[in-house]
Amino acid sequence: MDDLYRDFILEHYKRPRNFGELEPHDLEAQEQNPLCGDELGVQIRVTDGRIADLRFNGHGCAISQAAASIASEELIGMDVEEAAALDADWMLDLLGIDISATRRKCALLSLKVLRHAVTGEGTWPVGAAG
Amino acid sequence: MAGAVRTAAAAPTLDVRADFPILERELDGQRLVYLDSASTSQKPEAVIAALDDYYRHHNANIHRGVYPLAQEADALFEGARKRIAGFTGAPVRSTIFTRNVTEAINLVAYSWARTTLRPGDTVLITEMEHHSNIVPWQLATQATGAELRYLGIDDAGTLSLDQLDLELERGDVRLVALTHVSNVLGTINPVAEVVARSHAAGALVLIDGAQAVPQMPVDFAAIGADFYAWTGHKALGPTGVGVLHADAALLEEMPPFLAGGDMIASVEAQHSTWNELPWKFEAGTSMIAQVVGLGAAVDYLSALGMGRVRAHEHELVAYALERLMSIDGVRVYGPPNADDRGGVVSFSVDGIHPHDVAELLGRSNVCVRASHHCAQPLMARLGVPATARASFAPYNVRADVDSLVEAVRGAQRVFA
Repeated sequence: MDDLYRDFILEHYKRPRNFGELEPHDLEAQEQNPLCGDELGVQIRVTDGRIADLRFNGHGCAISQAAASIASEELIGMDVEEAAALDADWMLDLLGIDISATRRKCALLSLKVLRHAVTGEGTWPVGAAG
Repeated sequence: MAGAVRTAAAAPTLDVRADFPILERELDGQRLVYLDSASTSQKPEAVIAALDDYYRHHNANIHRGVYPLAQEADALFEGARKRIAGFTGAPVRSTIFTRNVTEAINLVAYSWARTTLRPGDTVLITEMEHHSNIVPWQLATQATGAELRYLGIDDAGTLSLDQLDLELERGDVRLVALTHVSNVLGTINPVAEVVARSHAAGALVLIDGAQAVPQMPVDFAAIGADFYAWTGHKALGPTGVGVLHADAALLEEMPPFLAGGDMIASVEAQHSTWNELPWKFEAGTSMIAQVVGLGAAVDYLSALGMGRVRAHEHELVAYALERLMSIDGVRVYGPPNADDRGGVVSFSVDGIHPHDVAELLGRSNVCVRASHHCAQPLMARLGVPATARASFAPYNVRADVDSLVEAVRGAQRVFA
């Protein structure tokens, strides 16, 4: 059994949940992994302060794609404010695998783009309100 | 491009693994298969010993001391410069030490381009450049109002000399800046021909030789370039020392790049006069030990013979192309024939991101790079975000290619 490429990681990579476009959406953002130039975007529909629906889009490695897929299942239904306060440990605990320092950027890319979308602060603003 | 390999993979000519102490390292009993020399090369015992000997027995500042120890350091430093200049066929006056290729190119971008370019002028670069040969020209053209244009590549990753002629015919190209060997595709560019055509059109030429000097005979004088930059750490030498060869007449006209000690002849309250070449462009205390180490590296490479190094890596690349192309789901980028490329093979594996390829290969102690290779415009041209890249050096052997191929098959099994 591989410590990083566990079955559930590969399963989420091959069949990512909540990937694609979301129309209409209230929040969106896009971020890059400077290590490899991978791009990940997110579109979020907000109802009564909650994430009513969410889609990630883009391309990347197994770790970044699986992390986004796994996170998406937790994020739908969450308060936007709660989502804005999520930290790296939340994402790493969710993944439950040992991540090297180099691959942390991959594992945390979806959290970075989520935070960008819900706080409006990011390195590559694309217009927060849809 | 599959099936286009016509070079039969004969046995490589060198086995110098014993000269490189780091190759004794193992990971879980697996030997080190280092295929990332295009990023940085490993160092032979001779280079490590030269650094150690310098610090242990000869360390003093150069160009100042009159005591015997300082004269020893001076002789070691300037002696290394002579051998390094000779290694690439350049005059000593035309051999300037910088931190790396990036700084060498920036030296030209600041001291020549920013003082020379005007609105209406063009800097012509290519789609296969490393960021270090793109961004300095973006800044220099923005600062001067000049234009930055790109020479395209074809699907095999080669430049078109006809297109170069069309660009030059416009009459506004002041500088052509291109890589000698692509760090992604491995393409060996016809630099002497580019120089001849560019000079005929009144344009200067800068060549990024970072990947060329470590793996093939390079003769600055024969190429005829105005500027030629390369770096020590990819050529079996230490980090922290790069080289800029340049036409001495141009260097005489150019203002200094960095200002400070060592680069001056005399300093008065309001103005200074500049030291002679090459020291005019070497401000502050130099990277003395690194230059001494690079001197040992070029001695080592010269003893191997750069023709043999090129033949060795040619055979390894031919073998790697043949083996990698035989794997279902593996795509190789760049010229299909090893004759046209240096010791670099970029590839992708269907359904597996290059990061994951590199991570899984790493578990077999097979070291490859996975990234955009600091060449994002080229990645955009290839239509991929990143590639995996295996690159070769004199210390690689056919068994390294076998380990690479086996590890790629192993990665495919994980993702199957």
